[in-house]
Amino acid sequence: MPFDRMTRAIDEWAAEHPHVPVFLQIGDGEYEPKACEWKRMVPHGEYQRHLNACQLFVAHVGMGSILQALEIGKQTLLMPRRASLREHTTDHQLDTAGKFRNRPGLLIVEEAAELQAQMTRLIEQPMEGPQGIAPDAPAETIANIRAHLAQFAKA
Amino acid sequence: MSRPKLLAVASGGGHWTQLLRMRRAFDDFDVSYVSTFEGHVDNLGGARLYIVPDASRFDVKPFGKIFWRALKVMVKERPKVIVTTGSAPMLAFMLLGRMMGVHTLWIDSIANTQKLSSSGRMARKFVNTCVSQWPEVAQKEDVAYWGQVL
Repeated sequence: MPFDRMTRAIDEWAAEHPHVPVFLQIGDGEYEPKACEWKRMVPHGEYQRHLNACQLFVAHVGMGSILQALEIGKQTLLMPRRASLREHTTDHQLDTAGKFRNRPGLLIVEEAAELQAQMTRLIEQPMEGPQGIAPDAPAETIANIRAHLAQFAKA
Repeated sequence: MSRPKLLAVASGGGHWTQLLRMRRAFDDFDVSYVSTFEGHVDNLGGARLYIVPDASRFDVKPFGKIFWRALKVMVKERPKVIVTTGSAPMLAFMLLGRMMGVHTLWIDSIANTQKLSSSGRMARKFVNTCVSQWPEVAQKEDVAYWGQVL
């Protein structure tokens, strides 16, 4: 689903900060950026390269983004999608935001103007990134799933 | 000796990231994958990836196509188990799996911190096992809690 509110905010910010290279993945948004490099969707490998190279990661409050931010341990700025604006089917990103709001290295904002202000601040004065996590789920979770599946694992 | 087959299915984005974070749990199986985005093949190390169209409650038209595609994948792969982290399009695999006698496991996304996802609620009615990644939600919804992907 589109998240034009975020795309537009970042594009406006990019126009005001021409010295900062910005890359945007916009999905099926209607608003097409004018001031920065953008694509609708990039393959995972290319996405990972952008993520590795960037100084600041800006995203919606999706679990994919949060997990990637934690895996890479890079400062991350997040803004939740809202169902009332047709940015998602439900308001679960507000719930997710509540759960992750206090995690160091992640900063969650609600509004576009705040997003732009924090982008400026975090580019000028970066905060420390989140504590990195391993690419696999915790051992206990893996063990529980594996134990459940064991009954079907015999050929 | 060939290992039994497991079909690991998830929509693109966060659902997919979560599925990959639990793939060590599938080590005893011959795993093939299903998602909604072909770019995800990048981190599968050569495993088979099938693509289905995306769909949601706001856009139900693709479901017919998804079912047809799911049926073809199921007949080709003949999995013993299907595991998913959601979302809605993957209900097709769970339903077909259940009808074909395949063990179906729904792991609700960690994004659903207050209640099961709307697809999770539907899945719960017919899958073999449904779990939440939040203990409070698991208790409230009467499903199991096995831990988180985080």
